[in-house]
Amino acid sequence: MQDTQDLKRVVIEPVTRVEGHGKVTILLDEQNTVKQARLHIVEFRGFERFIQGRPYTEAPVLVQRLCGICPVSHHLAAAKAMDQIVGVDTLTPTAEKMRRLMHYGQMFQSHSLHFFHLASPDLLFGFDADVAIRNVIGVAAKHKELAVQGVMMRKYGQEIIKATAGKKIHGTGAIPGGINKNLSIEERDGFLKDIDQMIEWSRGALKVAKDYTVENLEAVAPFGSFDSNHLSLIREDGAMDLYHGNLRAIDAQGDKIFDQVNYNNYLDYIAEDVRDWSYMKFPFIKSLGVENGWYRVGPLARVNTADFIDTPEAEAARKEFMAVTDGKPNNLTMAYHWARMIETLHSIEKIRELLEDSDLQGTDLVVKGDRRPEGVGLIEAPRGTLFHHYRVNENDQVEMANLIVSTTSNNEPMNRAVSKVAMDHISGKAEITEGLLNHIEVAIRAYDPCLSCATHALGKMPLVVRLVDAEGNEVAKKST
Amino acid sequence: MDSTRRILLIGYGNPGRLDDGLGPALAAAVEKLQPAGVTVDSDYQLTVEDASDVAAHDIVIFADASTSGTEPYYVEAVAPKAALSFSSHSVEPAVLLHLAQTLFNAKTRGYILGIRGYEFNEFGERLSEPAARNLEKALQYITLVLADPQLLDSTSGASH
Repeated sequence: MQDTQDLKRVVIEPVTRVEGHGKVTILLDEQNTVKQARLHIVEFRGFERFIQGRPYTEAPVLVQRLCGICPVSHHLAAAKAMDQIVGVDTLTPTAEKMRRLMHYGQMFQSHSLHFFHLASPDLLFGFDADVAIRNVIGVAAKHKELAVQGVMMRKYGQEIIKATAGKKIHGTGAIPGGINKNLSIEERDGFLKDIDQMIEWSRGALKVAKDYTVENLEAVAPFGSFDSNHLSLIREDGAMDLYHGNLRAIDAQGDKIFDQVNYNNYLDYIAEDVRDWSYMKFPFIKSLGVENGWYRVGPLARVNTADFIDTPEAEAARKEFMAVTDGKPNNLTMAYHWARMIETLHSIEKIRELLEDSDLQGTDLVVKGDRRPEGVGLIEAPRGTLFHHYRVNENDQVEMANLIVSTTSNNEPMNRAVSKVAMDHISGKAEITEGLLNHIEVAIRAYDPCLSCATHALGKMPLVVRLVDAEGNEVAKKST
Repeated sequence: MDSTRRILLIGYGNPGRLDDGLGPALAAAVEKLQPAGVTVDSDYQLTVEDASDVAAHDIVIFADASTSGTEPYYVEAVAPKAALSFSSHSVEPAVLLHLAQTLFNAKTRGYILGIRGYEFNEFGERLSEPAARNLEKALQYITLVLADPQLLDSTSGASH
């Protein structure tokens, strides 16, 4: 291995238009040949310690402090784990459907935000376009209608969260064993009033994502792409289920590695590798080992692992998606966007289905059972499978917490995408432009990573790109 | 500016990150006062959909923790700005005003209320003692502002 001290170092810090803080370092030799490219995540693992000693009943609320971007996913995953702690395996129909409504609202708003406001600038203007227009402001100026749709879809999802979780910040809707409110007729009618518009806009967004992928397939296919395993929850009949199910893992050809695994036993199937250069762990499928067991999660993985989707329009879209790869898993990094919009349409179809279900106005909200010492809760968060695991002592205090967040599972794939794009697009170039560096970020953004952001107080979040020589001297700097 | 205008106060930050919770804490305190003609909102951060709420008001006050600068707080008028890049994780007030203007033809006037905080880098749901004192002073100020919004202009940029 070459001594990295002799190489030039390019740093992209923080990566922009992803959730949280990340840094990319690229090591180049004298000819600007890429020797190494890595994504570093600034992650706060302190949370698992923070929650120790707290009453388990508080966990579903406390875990929302983990992240301001997907608090609902943590809220629900923790609530599912706490259901087990209070000895409940089956919720009342009202509780389960209210939680599902909350979750589909989260999925809808999160995917909408990502597509319209984070990813679309690259897709609409090109990866090399002037950075002055390649952002949401540019989308607002040139594609106002799309930008407005993104805002209103995001708002619709957020309002559903507010109605089901009680409030936007520190929602309390899901509690161990159930839910603490139902949906009023007034709230329901308010959402139904706009549902057709939301479905129409979702169809439009799906078309943009599909057309982009299909029309640019020659360029998109190799971009940051590679074969991988895929992992997600799956319903017992093989349907996509974003709220609950068993674990399924498939390989790059679609063969099952394991299937219908009760997620309480996840530790028998999944382990995490630690590397000295990253704060974030590298999960892998135990039976395949560290080298071959890494896997993708999130929209691409979920569409690949599902036998079908149980809503008609999303299922038709899934079939179109799978046809591109002749029914085999799609391993194209940029296909995440198309898969994400299939899920957006699926989520709004499910929201309509739920809103038309009178169980949401039921009053039987909570089930009680016999206390257990341990609970595991998994959910398909917008960015992928989210694991919450707790042990609670006899004083009702959390004794142990273990979390595997979605972005952690995608750590290895994102690093491979960064490395591939660096090799394909940067290596050997005489000048490394902002547009070229953006190629790296485009590949990362496809995964919609959430990098455990927390503090955002005024004055944070600059973008600084530095080119530093082997002695640590800054030879070039770009900042926005 | 007259006192009958619609005002939106957005307090934002992560209350699980110590003084980063100053914005939501202010929002919670103002909400208890139930001031007429004032909408109070609270969130972990500003995001793009806030643009539609901003557009529905005449004045928006962005209340956030500040990591440095004036104690106990500062007030600053903020103009719409088409920033070159940003992360959805933290849409800046100026960008939000720009989006409200561009997407919804809004003419909303914006002000930042930056309350000085001191501790941010640990998990914990409490404010440091000096931050709590600053919050109290910011609340006194904002109570006056909600009764007489003209104060925003006359006190912007001044030390408090």
